[in-house]
Amino acid sequence: MNNDIVLRVEDIHKSFGDNEVLRGVSFDVRRGETKVFIGPSGTGKSTLLRCINQLTPPDRGRVWLDGEEVTNSGARINYFRQKIGMVFQNFFLFDHLTALKNVELALLKVRGMGKAEAREKALNELRQVGMEDWADHYPAELSGGQAQRVSIARALAMDPDVILFDEPTSALDPELTREVLEVMKKLAGEGMTMLVVTHEMGFACSVANEVLFMENGVVAEQGTPDQLLHDPQYTRMKDFIGRIDSRLGD
Amino acid sequence: MDVLLILIDWFPYLLSGIATTLGLVLSALGLGLLLGLPMALGQVYGSRPVRWVIGIYVWFFRGLPILVLLFLFWFGIFPMLGLGALPAFAVGAVVLGLRGAAYQSQIFRGAVQSIGEGQMIAARSLGMSRLTAIRSVILPQAMRIALPGWSNEYPNILTDSAVCYAIGVAELLTITSRMVTQTHITMPIYLAAAGIFIILNYGGLKVLHGLEKRIAIPGFGSGAV
Ligand SMILES: Nc1ncnc2c1ncn2[C@@H]1O[C@H](COP(=O)(O)OP(=O)(O)O)[C@@H](O)[C@H]1O
Ligand SMILES: [Mg+2]
Repeated sequence: MNNDIVLRVEDIHKSFGDNEVLRGVSFDVRRGETKVFIGPSGTGKSTLLRCINQLTPPDRGRVWLDGEEVTNSGARINYFRQKIGMVFQNFFLFDHLTALKNVELALLKVRGMGKAEAREKALNELRQVGMEDWADHYPAELSGGQAQRVSIARALAMDPDVILFDEPTSALDPELTREVLEVMKKLAGEGMTMLVVTHEMGFACSVANEVLFMENGVVAEQGTPDQLLHDPQYTRMKDFIGRIDSRLGD
Repeated sequence: MDVLLILIDWFPYLLSGIATTLGLVLSALGLGLLLGLPMALGQVYGSRPVRWVIGIYVWFFRGLPILVLLFLFWFGIFPMLGLGALPAFAVGAVVLGLRGAAYQSQIFRGAVQSIGEGQMIAARSLGMSRLTAIRSVILPQAMRIALPGWSNEYPNILTDSAVCYAIGVAELLTITSRMVTQTHITMPIYLAAAGIFIILNYGGLKVLHGLEKRIAIPGFGSGAV
């Protein structure tokens, strides 16, 4: 991992009406790094990810990708969004297209790639996530785990600088969760830069370079997995992890 | 026997009436699609004034009896616009089409609104413009969802097209009425007209249902969802 900063998030604020959801979030992401965000639901984790690619424009604060400002970038936002992949809890695959066409679509319509080249690249991305045998199947014919892997391939196809994962396994059974986490682990190992909102502490501890604990719209605590496991100062994060562990234990 | 002979005698004339009726129906469906689809998109994605104008349009064209609309355009609006020379066929097709657009827009609007917002979000997150997302993601899905409802527009417009009799378009009812006047045979000829309408109705729906099957996607739209 080299040290250049690929994504800079600076003092992001966002309110919905008088609901102040994000109250000043800042962090830097180095190339190849995986940051995991944890925290109770409703603390603005999804909103934060959407503020990064401007699906939800922040009220205040700035986002930089590779030294270029993403916030207030006008029509150029469509360029930045290619470079900031996003994977959703509910996959959001295009329901009318096969797995292959799901991955191809933005290559054809956004990148303007030729048919043959797009097809080859899409197949290659499906191979990356172990879904090449399912290329001609429609989303309704895929398991949740398979659908999520296709959606990861769809994001990968744009050759993003960073991928944002918003609870990518929360809609999945444990069995299917594992196959998706394995793909993500592999990507991290290959040097993909990732921001991951998840409750999977096993994944966080084994893959994350840093874990950020969000509460009430701010990053309340942050540290390496090692620190948060062994350093007594991370009390709130530990409390929270204890709560999700006991819930999983039920 | 007489009736059959008369029908055979008048057959080419009858055929021209069928052709005119189908011409009315197809142009009206086409015009309705051409206007109804963008109107639906305007109602879902448009600004407040755009939605308001479309709302008024829909309210107007659905709120008036078809015959009133037809006379309004034939005797009033088209002549006022300097289009008084427009043939009755064109006026009939346009009025049916404008009215059809109001109905079609609501069919498409419902279809577009039934598509989960995640489809648009995913498309935008890949860098698609709103327009590209609508064209490549929203519309192909909306069309499939709308098709069963849209298919009902065919029998609706087919049956409505007979009002064009009132402005003298030589469609099926006009033709058969002329036959009645000249032959003084009433019931059998109108029964023949009814039979032809039913056949056109049935045939058209067959074609549309075939189309529904052809563009069906596993687990999507009219089927499993
Ligand atoms: N589009 C929106 N409009 C209004 N409120 C929203 C919107 N999106 C999120 N919120 C609110 O923002 C808060 C944080 O939501 P979210 O970012 O989804 O939290 P998390 O992902 O941490 O569970 C919640 O109270 C939610 O109701
Ligand atoms: Mg969330």
